[in-house]
Amino acid sequence: MSKRKAIYASKLKRATHLLFYKRHKKPGVKGWELRKALGSDYTKVLKIMDDYLKALDLQVKTVFEDEKNIEKPSLEQLDKARFYVTLRGELTPKEAKMVGWRIDDLAGLATTISYIISKKGKATRKEVEDLLRDKLPGWKVSLNIDRYIRYGYLTQDESEQLYLDWRTRAEVDQSKLVDLLLKTETQNT
Amino acid sequence: MQSKKERERLGREKLTNIIETCKTVEQRSLDPFLVDINDNINQIKEFFPEWTVPDDLCLDAETIHHLASVVKLQGEWVKHRSTSLYTDPFILEEKLKQMPTEEIVETFAQAWHPVIEFEQISLHSLTEAVRYWRNLLPISERWKEVPPTEVDVGFATREELVQQKILRDKAFSEELESFWQTLKKNVNEKGENGKIHYWNFVGAETYEETVQRAFMTSFLVTYGYATLEIHPLEEEIFVKPNEEPDVKVSKKQLVSVPIAVSAEDWLKWKKGAR
Repeated sequence: MSKRKAIYASKLKRATHLLFYKRHKKPGVKGWELRKALGSDYTKVLKIMDDYLKALDLQVKTVFEDEKNIEKPSLEQLDKARFYVTLRGELTPKEAKMVGWRIDDLAGLATTISYIISKKGKATRKEVEDLLRDKLPGWKVSLNIDRYIRYGYLTQDESEQLYLDWRTRAEVDQSKLVDLLLKTETQNT
Repeated sequence: MQSKKERERLGREKLTNIIETCKTVEQRSLDPFLVDINDNINQIKEFFPEWTVPDDLCLDAETIHHLASVVKLQGEWVKHRSTSLYTDPFILEEKLKQMPTEEIVETFAQAWHPVIEFEQISLHSLTEAVRYWRNLLPISERWKEVPPTEVDVGFATREELVQQKILRDKAFSEELESFWQTLKKNVNEKGENGKIHYWNFVGAETYEETVQRAFMTSFLVTYGYATLEIHPLEEEIFVKPNEEPDVKVSKKQLVSVPIAVSAEDWLKWKKGAR
């Protein structure tokens, strides 16, 4: 193995450890942390890692600070971004049940996220509770919203407005969700 | 024909109504296009010549500010509608109500890519944990009940209480009086026109002493032993001792003047003083 290859192999291992194992309260690693641990060419290491992960249906996901997808990010934007390993493809509904969620809790999450997206990223907790109460028992509605907040899918401010939080930004393809829901509507009507 | 006062009252009412409407739109995330900006601007223009006192002019400015916020919200609304993320909340709500739970989950699963995170113990952390466990004292030793120690009952002298800062060396009023005399002396020696620069009086060799002097100065001013002269444009504050304590001062409605005595300010003064 050439010296260069050996260096990259070692960096790849280090990157795997950093990205797979939770180091802080939240999973994922900030760009500046990766730069510190892997060197200034960390984006190259992540690219190699992403290629490796493709075969396992996983990917390295970059979430920029201002939530937008940036085609050519600057070094500063990359430093502030958070990197995660996420599923590349899709879960089948049967598999979705296996990740520790009850089907109605997951449907509640999907409903909440899509509703907040349609309300320009914020909605009052009461509106969301009313919407969920249509299909979930009353006592469960508030508990579920608290759970979505605890997991990092939602966040709530002091005036009880709900917003999408870091986990939704990392895990949910928001435009795809909206597209799919609109398509479903066409199919239904 | 309406009298000037009547028109002013009407104008204030209109502006307050506009502000309330704007606030409702801002706080409740209502459709910002519910506010007719042109009409409101015309109303503001109509009443503007009536305003003479600063309060009314401030109300006018506040109305413009709230309208500007609504215009900003209108901009964001248009921007959002033009993005691929836009969907009518009402349509979406209805659709979600009609969709069976399984279908919602099926749709969501296609756009959901959960984060992968491992929680696994490593050999290294296991070794560390074992080492820690070995060195850890048994709980019976760590949480030993400490028997109450016997303390001899005795009398404390006044000096001991002063030393422990339970009692003060002098009564506070005595201390204040003597500090007032110090201020007078300092003004005579270093001051000009019967006053002294605040920092030149308060500043001392150590930061602790400076804070103590600032604390005492605040009481001198509150109890009428001295007055503060503030020159806002020059950003200068002077302390002026009164010949006799002005008792009326403490009975008047007092105005608080916050003066920061930070360590940085003290260092800056100390460098300057030297």
